[in-house]
Amino acid sequence: MEKKKNLFALMTDKKHRGRTVSFGIVILGWAILEIMLFSGSLSSLFSSLLVPVCCYIVAAIGLNLNVGISGELNLGQACFMSVGAFTAVCLSGSLAGAIPAPLPRLLLSIVAGALLAALFGVLIGIPVLKLEGDYLAIVTLAFGQIIKSLITNMYLGFDDAGFHFSFVDNKVELKQGGKMLLNGPMGATGTERISTFTMGIVLIVIALIVVYHLMYSRSGRAIMAARDNRIAAESIGVEIFRTKMLAFTVSSCLAGAAGALYGLNYSTLVPAKFDFNTSILLLVYVVLGGLGNMTGTIIATIVLVLLPELLRSMQDYRMLIYAIVLILIMLLTNNETVRTWGERMKKQLKSRLKNRRNA
Amino acid sequence: MDFLSYLINGLGLGSVYAIIALGYTMVYGIAKMLNFAHGDVIMVGAYVAFFSISDLGMPLIPSVLLSVAVCTVLGVVIERLAYKPLRSASALSVLITAIGVSYFLQNAAQLLWSSSTKVFPSVISNGGISWNGLTVSWLTLITIGVCILVMICLVLFINHTKTGRAMRACSEDKDASTLMGINVNLMISITFAIGSGLAAIASVLLCAAYPSVFPTLGAMPGIKAFTAAVFGGIGSIPGAFLGGLLLGVIEIFAKAYISTQLSDAIVFAVLILVLLIKPTGLLGKRIREKV
Repeated sequence: MEKKKNLFALMTDKKHRGRTVSFGIVILGWAILEIMLFSGSLSSLFSSLLVPVCCYIVAAIGLNLNVGISGELNLGQACFMSVGAFTAVCLSGSLAGAIPAPLPRLLLSIVAGALLAALFGVLIGIPVLKLEGDYLAIVTLAFGQIIKSLITNMYLGFDDAGFHFSFVDNKVELKQGGKMLLNGPMGATGTERISTFTMGIVLIVIALIVVYHLMYSRSGRAIMAARDNRIAAESIGVEIFRTKMLAFTVSSCLAGAAGALYGLNYSTLVPAKFDFNTSILLLVYVVLGGLGNMTGTIIATIVLVLLPELLRSMQDYRMLIYAIVLILIMLLTNNETVRTWGERMKKQLKSRLKNRRNA
Repeated sequence: MDFLSYLINGLGLGSVYAIIALGYTMVYGIAKMLNFAHGDVIMVGAYVAFFSISDLGMPLIPSVLLSVAVCTVLGVVIERLAYKPLRSASALSVLITAIGVSYFLQNAAQLLWSSSTKVFPSVISNGGISWNGLTVSWLTLITIGVCILVMICLVLFINHTKTGRAMRACSEDKDASTLMGINVNLMISITFAIGSGLAAIASVLLCAAYPSVFPTLGAMPGIKAFTAAVFGGIGSIPGAFLGGLLLGVIEIFAKAYISTQLSDAIVFAVLILVLLIKPTGLLGKRIREKV
């Protein structure tokens, strides 16, 4: 009769536990925040952080697929967010007349942003994944810088006669009623803010479904095998380049979707927003949350985005404290004494729970 | 003549990159870590030099020496407090710690010295040598000279002293070096000390050319110099020198002949091209993986 487990058993068995916990956290968090939003007990500061947090979570989940599961250090995740964001902003801006309803336009923009970012992922992945280790990392950094400086030099306008594009020097001249979509270093201005918190939660859920599905599939096992031992994986017929490319593309696609949502959440967006520091920030979320651990990534992102806001009373010292916390966490989690102590506590807790269950 | 003057300016800028890149490459060679806080050590060096020149009224050479001393101590302290406990940790943990240190230095500088830009006093006279219509400023000449001097001293030190030999041994194999009686921790500290001291020298040269001092001053030169180190093959000292010079020349040429706005993109595109043709940089060694 062991043929079909019931749903509860399926959700709590060892393989699926992590999945259940991360979906649980997201849905619970969504429910609580919706209630708080509804009753108006959330300060305007925190409610303005809801959408960006969702965006960072989605991009960080993507990055964790790349860094944690595929094992390749990516220092340019923000550039895919940038591609997604500016694609979405341009599309949404130019479709404002054709599709006045915000939701279909938002969906369409996110899909477009994600697809274009995935395309960039493939194009950038071809040279990047030929390299190894720190050289791979520096090339992702280089691509991040290149994309940032290309977008900083783009001018795109839109009027009755269609699109007008110019590069480096602004030569776009628009007729009456035309609209500037991209304005070089000033980026996109006057964007209609159509992102919603619900859409952010939907994106997180989609990202989790995609990543977990990939992790526990044949391709996912191949990706992890390629990470753990490249030569052994190759010898049993895993195509290293193809599997790594899959992880890289999905990762950049998620970052693109996250960027699209982020871009449509602000009325102005400068290309410099998605610079090296943003890539690093995402990497910090991933490493603090634990490599390959999606639940950890979600929690780490929430905590680290909120930390500077919670420290607001410290004013000037908050970023200093943030830095110290970062260093201390890294030192403590790698400290032998702290580690053995943590493991002992875990064991004690487990045996105590067992005793209680037996009693 | 334009071409020659661009070339010399490029070599001047490249010399600064090369000196910074030496710090990256030496630390990578011995500790196998990307020290992202290196750029911020440059910033601290710039502030120390700025205050000792304009507030204390010290002459140039003593203030450079003071800056070198402060940065050397800073480098060693950072290594002892933040990186040494992580010797056996994963490379990513060390990377994140280095980023934490970088945030710390930037924000500490902002608190101590405010985020407003300070103007670095002009320390090197404006004139230069003119020859056949080609003018080379003193600053460029001094920068190139300092870079060559640093390079010669470093090569002599690494190749011909006992400490240098011990450092090379550590970068080859730490365990075997320990067995041979080399104090590996001391060698790593010395490497950080030299790298940070060089960063201080670079900071003064950088500020003499671009006279503004602010808390995130080190970020961009840091990334560029890191690129230069990879360009030449990270871990290789002549590689860092060559990579730095080439990067500077490419940047100035890109600015002069193609586009000022796109110069960064061009520099990084060249880096990608070089790495595709030679995956371990210009002078990097290829380590064969054994099964």
